[in-house]
Amino acid sequence: MIRRAFSILMLLFLTLPAFAVEPEEMLADPLLETRAQSLDEVIRCVQCQSENIASSNADWAKDARLMVRQLLLDGRGDQEIMQFFVERYGERVLMTPQLNGSNVILWVAGPLMLLLSLGGIFLYSRKSKPSGSASLSAAEEARLKELLDE
Amino acid sequence: MYIELGHLSLILALPVALVQMILPMIGAQRNDAVLMRVAAPAALMQFLLITLSFLALTWGFVTSDFSLQLVTINSHSAKPMLYKISGVWGNHEGSVLLWALILALFGAAAVVFGKDLPDRLRARVLSVQGAVGLAFLAFIIFTSNPFLRLEFPPLNGQGLNPLLQDPGLAFHPPFLYLGYVGLSMAFSFAVAALLEGRVDAAWARWVRPWTLAAWIFLTIGIALGSWWAYYELGWGGFWFWDPVENASFMPWLVATALLHSAIVVEKRETLKSWTILLAILAFGFSLMGTFIVRSGVLTSVHAFANDPERGMFILIILALFMGGALTLFAARAHVMESKGVFALVSRESGLVLNNVLLVVSAFVVFVGTIWPVVSELAFDRPLSVGAPFFNTAFTPFILGLALFLPIGAMFSWKRAKAGRVVKTLALAGLVAVSAAILLWAMQTDRSALGPVGLFCGLWIFLGSVTELWQRAGRKPARLLRLSGADWGKFISHAGFGIVIFGIAGLVAWEEEDIRIAQIGETFEVGAFSVTLEAVEEVQGPNYFATQGRLRVEQDGELIEVLHPERRRYPVAGMPTTEAGISNGLMRDIYLVVGDAQAGGGYTVRSHIKPFANWIWGGAIFMALGGFFSLFDRRLRVAAGKRSGAAKSTGAQA
Repeated sequence: MIRRAFSILMLLFLTLPAFAVEPEEMLADPLLETRAQSLDEVIRCVQCQSENIASSNADWAKDARLMVRQLLLDGRGDQEIMQFFVERYGERVLMTPQLNGSNVILWVAGPLMLLLSLGGIFLYSRKSKPSGSASLSAAEEARLKELLDE
Repeated sequence: MYIELGHLSLILALPVALVQMILPMIGAQRNDAVLMRVAAPAALMQFLLITLSFLALTWGFVTSDFSLQLVTINSHSAKPMLYKISGVWGNHEGSVLLWALILALFGAAAVVFGKDLPDRLRARVLSVQGAVGLAFLAFIIFTSNPFLRLEFPPLNGQGLNPLLQDPGLAFHPPFLYLGYVGLSMAFSFAVAALLEGRVDAAWARWVRPWTLAAWIFLTIGIALGSWWAYYELGWGGFWFWDPVENASFMPWLVATALLHSAIVVEKRETLKSWTILLAILAFGFSLMGTFIVRSGVLTSVHAFANDPERGMFILIILALFMGGALTLFAARAHVMESKGVFALVSRESGLVLNNVLLVVSAFVVFVGTIWPVVSELAFDRPLSVGAPFFNTAFTPFILGLALFLPIGAMFSWKRAKAGRVVKTLALAGLVAVSAAILLWAMQTDRSALGPVGLFCGLWIFLGSVTELWQRAGRKPARLLRLSGADWGKFISHAGFGIVIFGIAGLVAWEEEDIRIAQIGETFEVGAFSVTLEAVEEVQGPNYFATQGRLRVEQDGELIEVLHPERRRYPVAGMPTTEAGISNGLMRDIYLVVGDAQAGGGYTVRSHIKPFANWIWGGAIFMALGGFFSLFDRRLRVAAGKRSGAAKSTGAQA
């Protein structure tokens, strides 16, 4: 359920791929090529830093793009292909950490903090109801009277 | 000779900083005017010494003195002068020296502009500045000395990383550092206030200009960096969620929150301890950014000097300052008594929500940035956190902020009437919603970010216009009589709307085309037709380039002839891509020429990027709004005339 919500959220804020893919790498079947390009987006170039294989010009990224396409031609599914890369290069090869195990902490950290701070503010504001600050101190009363009398 | 003078003055700055840290602090504690008066000359002296040292290093780079190790590693005699000078901070040692120089500059500025601060507060502020300066001077001298000499100077240097040979390097880091380091002023004021045990409207009024200035610089620095990446990295991305970008973005988010909460302290004398905490955190994130860039803990495209020893040193600095300040905060925060009370629907509540959303989004960026380290150390699970995570986890909070901004900004202080505000904003909301729906209907399978972002951008922009109009009593003549702060608020908020609009437009309607084009071939990209006219080999001052000549036409009329290049720098043996960009208000045309193909022809990538320039233009508006607010007459007068006596200014609101 949560995972579903996340994938919808991801889809909502999906950005367009930025290709480094070379024309001769592309698949003839436009449908497969579209799938290939969205896979390029989520597979990280392990030779580079924080770049996916879709935007990287490195040799490794090129090989990875060709591999993605080869696997697609072999009829493998998207999840299967991602798993193929994870088995060989570890979870590092994915741009987005998978939503399972300890990574749940990463994903819920933001919403949790929002709830906690809103809750904290609510409790704090209930606890510290106006304590005399709404009324003026004696000195201020005197000064106010002075000003009004002027 | 001058190298040794520079080295010597750098070393001399260290004891001066020590004096600046210790004597005024003791003086403030004992109320000893003589000791407190040491602060000002010490701060000026420190600035002078570090300036001398920086000039000496710059001269070494300008004259290509290869007896300096740093120049040998990072410079080359054939490099254009601009890059010789900016090369001073294009490396680890030089950039930390620039950091220290700017820190000393802020200390000196506090002396010059802070004449009217109460003596004790000023002494404490300068003392904390001295402490930060001391830490960084020690860092430079003991781990990153830029003045090391070589016994046998080589005939020429190894050159600067070609990616850095760009006018961007001349401006991006100095602005960023002005921002990072400027936040040290907010930090010093916060620590001084905790020691004083008092925070009042006057304090907020002194802190705000410094924070505002730092925020303006940070905004410009980040925008410049984003623009630089856009035209230099060759595929036209404007934000990568790279750890180092995040390192500059986190302090920006917290500083933005701080700016807003300081307004509440100034106008309503409440949220005091929260504001102090934000001031401490903002500088904490600055230090953390420095740590991330220089420790090599996180891999990043900004591969700087990665040295564990340096990383450890900065981590200790971070721990000392944050640990010290937060302990002080825990001990003294309860002294800060709030004066103003406010209802649930009020400007104060609006600003609290602003703070919550900004800090939570900074927290999301923080968790995402350090998660690879945590996951590997704690869970033995090495992984990477890339842009898709940040896009998903960060965007909702910013959209929430965007949705609420125009409403919160129109609430009155203390107790607001929600109904009246909603009525005033109805028109702005209606226009924005219908524009978004129209778009939703027009586009079918595109990302939802288009309509959603367009709505938010328009909503903020129109909401800001409505608010300004309302503030002027709906009379055009009175618009000009509004204060700088009112205009600043309008311009900054409108700029924020423009940024969101630009990002939404770019992300949702970008068009791309990749093909192998033969010389003379014409192809269509979106509404434009592009002709590859020629590809030539050209030579620059220190590089060779393959330069394409591409003619861009629309409906048979020439738009521009672009010359994208692929440069090779023989010294560094590294290629760079220079995109050919036709800048426009409504769209950029972004062309990149790739390698020659075996079967003839060249790879050509064409991108049509709608509203791309709105992203940086909007950021410049945000910074401009900051300037308007900074030069507000009331703030200036107040900064000059306020004396130490705390005055309640609740009535001012």
